[in-house]
Amino acid sequence: MITKASMSRRVFLKGSAALVVGIGLSGSLGKAQGGEALSRSLNPGDLEAWLAVLPDNTVTVYSGKVELGTGVDTALRQIVAEELYLPFSAITLVQGDTALTPNQGYTAGSQTIQVGGSQLRKAAATARQALLQLAAKKLGVSLDQLVTKGGYISPQNSASPRVSYGALLGGQQFHYAVDPNVKLKDPSQYTLVGTSVPRVDIPAKASGKFTYVQDVRVPGMLHGRVIRPPTTGATTINATLEGVDESSVAQIPGGVKVVRKGNFLGVVAETEWAAIQAAQQLKVRWSVEKTLPQMGTLYNYLQGLKTSDQTELHTGDVEAALAASPQSLHATYQWPYQIHDSIGPSCAVADVRGDQVVCWSPTQGVYPLRGALAQLLGVPERNVRVIYVEGSGCYGHNGADDVTADAALLSQAVGRPVRVQWMRWDEHGWAPKGPAMVMKLRGAIDARGNVAAWDNAVWTPTHSTRPSGEARNLLAGNLIAQQVPTGGPVGGDRNAPVYYRFANNRLVLHWIPIASSPLRPSALRSLGGVQNTFANESFMDELAALAKADPLQFRLNHLDDPRAVAVLQASAERFGWKSGPRKASSVSDIAIGQGIAFARYEGRNAYVAAAAEVEVELKSGAIRVRRIVVAHDCGLVINPDGLRNQIEGNVVQALGRTLKEEVRFDSQGVQSTDWSSYPIITFPEVPTVEVVLIDRPHEPAVGAGEATTVVIPGAIGNAVFDATGVRLRTVPFTPQQFLAQASP
Amino acid sequence: MAQLTLKVNGKAEVLEVEATSMLLYALRDNLGLHGPRFGCGLSQCGACTVNVGGVAVRSCVTPVSAGVGKEILTLEGLSSNGKLHPLQEAFIAEQAAQCGYCLNGMIMQAKPFLEHKPNPSEEEIRQELSNNLCGCGTHLRIVRAVQRAAKAMAGGVS
Ligand code: FES
Ligand code: FES
Repeated sequence: MITKASMSRRVFLKGSAALVVGIGLSGSLGKAQGGEALSRSLNPGDLEAWLAVLPDNTVTVYSGKVELGTGVDTALRQIVAEELYLPFSAITLVQGDTALTPNQGYTAGSQTIQVGGSQLRKAAATARQALLQLAAKKLGVSLDQLVTKGGYISPQNSASPRVSYGALLGGQQFHYAVDPNVKLKDPSQYTLVGTSVPRVDIPAKASGKFTYVQDVRVPGMLHGRVIRPPTTGATTINATLEGVDESSVAQIPGGVKVVRKGNFLGVVAETEWAAIQAAQQLKVRWSVEKTLPQMGTLYNYLQGLKTSDQTELHTGDVEAALAASPQSLHATYQWPYQIHDSIGPSCAVADVRGDQVVCWSPTQGVYPLRGALAQLLGVPERNVRVIYVEGSGCYGHNGADDVTADAALLSQAVGRPVRVQWMRWDEHGWAPKGPAMVMKLRGAIDARGNVAAWDNAVWTPTHSTRPSGEARNLLAGNLIAQQVPTGGPVGGDRNAPVYYRFANNRLVLHWIPIASSPLRPSALRSLGGVQNTFANESFMDELAALAKADPLQFRLNHLDDPRAVAVLQASAERFGWKSGPRKASSVSDIAIGQGIAFARYEGRNAYVAAAAEVEVELKSGAIRVRRIVVAHDCGLVINPDGLRNQIEGNVVQALGRTLKEEVRFDSQGVQSTDWSSYPIITFPEVPTVEVVLIDRPHEPAVGAGEATTVVIPGAIGNAVFDATGVRLRTVPFTPQQFLAQASP
Repeated sequence: MAQLTLKVNGKAEVLEVEATSMLLYALRDNLGLHGPRFGCGLSQCGACTVNVGGVAVRSCVTPVSAGVGKEILTLEGLSSNGKLHPLQEAFIAEQAAQCGYCLNGMIMQAKPFLEHKPNPSEEEIRQELSNNLCGCGTHLRIVRAVQRAAKAMAGGVS
């Protein structure tokens, strides 16, 4: 039954007629946010509007989940339209605004469809249920006599006229809490979900009409830029601002002002060009301590740190099984620091007047950022409004939050709105990095050629130092207070447990304290999922080779979940996997091979398998990936073309991460500060990608934003091994890396 | 500050800009255009691409003065009277975007290319775009969109 609840304070409907469905904040919404803690305490009994059915038969959704360039704006509208029997065009989505939308934590971890979508589906179904009750009353028929179509309800087998949702409102406002047990539309009745509705944002993006956060302009706005210490990207800043010579920028026209607060330093000016010039020409003296390890020793350094250790799982007796097995192996896999590849550097606009703050930000979490900003600026949280505006694809915790803090501090100092556009070197150098990790594996094969023991030890820092209401988690806050970011252990364990069934299986996590991580770590697509799956799927291949088994069959032998088996078989079949003993083909200098990898994302979400064909130029060590086939099962598919787009993007981005991407640093800080010192994948390097979608309409829709990423490095590394017999255990697979491993 | 006149998307615009500034900032900040985008400021990514005198140039490193007296075309100027350019239509038809931040550069690089080379091979398209970066991995769709646009521009059905 629907319970009527009190008026939401967030409804901005100002007395107009509407049927509002909201969230009782004490409910399930506060939990399950991609493993990343929510910052805001939830007030039981508080109801926040989530969607409103309006008199003109349209629906406005107030979504705490935001569009990050992955198509969820479209997919969420599809879900609501479907559940409410409305045309797609009847749905409007208001995204991420602390004044309007509920607190749904971060848009991260592929949780938007999986968690946000299913919650929204219930909200929409609650609205429909309420509308049906109103219709039953108005038409004087029982509920089960009513049919819904296109925003109208009419009695079955009766000549009585249909009545529109809008008419049912009768000029009044109704408020309901989401009914967690509401009856949902049967997926076999779907007409919109499961179809490739074109993305709502692409026409504007293709014609220059779209407003990215970089395009936001407000009246009276100044342009700001920031000047950072030389310890670029370090977790612990280890530098002190000794002096600033303001006269060095006095000749620049455009009313340049220098703003300083501790180690935070910025400039504002009337024009963007003046701000850029001032930031570059400002004479600044820093004292610096060079404390980062030699890059060449990074992986040993990480293993030598004092860590907090945790045996995540131990079944059977790994040591005994290793000792008893005739054949065993050990191998160490290494993954470097990587960046988010956002083509547009982060940008934000802030307007701070007295203790009133408005920010336009590309943040993944307007609420957690709000708390951190309030602390940083010293104003009450309720006075801060954060409005989400889409930026360039972030794929995790890039500079989005930091740049908002920069803009807010500068605006606070000058009393006018300030836009800060990070320069390319700010983003490359100072945005948090996807963490470097080490995975050490030991394993053994029994007499029948099966895995007798599997032992994994992982060194990782947390993969989330997101704002979470903490000023120190914003770069500016770290600079001012000289406090490194905080965050519980998150993400380093993602996909560390294998999905294969092994009798003797152990996983030990060595969590590196945030302060010990040379570069500032945080969330990058899949968190530790890609590092761990790279290690697991490579080692699985090493064991298959030890057992002289076909890598595909070897995997199938250790799986008992039919959905896992199905994706492996589907990818192998489409790929044309050659089983059995075979000689890798090689034409003169070029060796060609095949590789396969599998994962179930987070051990409980999407199933994905990838098969890769690579060629290796033996003399130069250059690896070219020719073709990748992905088979993907994420349950119910909301939008097949949108899903394919995501999968293709995952493949291509992960390919660049595997072959090319590595943040370089010296004892002072990051040296990869542009696209020439940190190259990413380019058009000529992109292989053919084929996608096999396995749609399971009666299984829950789980996330697809990052699952495919995790299997790509293993598939490529395994194909290189198949082609050449050379096992690559350190990413990126550069020609130098290959040559070093080929002739040790 | 200097006063100069730029002809942008067919319209003469009088601007007050720093003489040393780059074309990108004049287009974005003075004229409020959203097409050309800041990506690197270093001529490395292509996000800022516009056409000057029918040639694809990177406006982030093109002095604003170099645009004087030339026809400057931005992504906005590609469509006329609400009718999109075949390249824009093709990007929509192929759903060739994730965040879409790179799209301006891809389209503005491809336009003069297709005008000079009506029937490019896939290989040639990839080469032409090899210095345009996309961080989202939308490459395959972008190539398909350019192929589709090439057909449409050559008079085929899009
Ligand atoms: S912004 Fe001009 S090339 Fe990157
Ligand atoms: S679609 Fe995001 S950069 Fe290309």
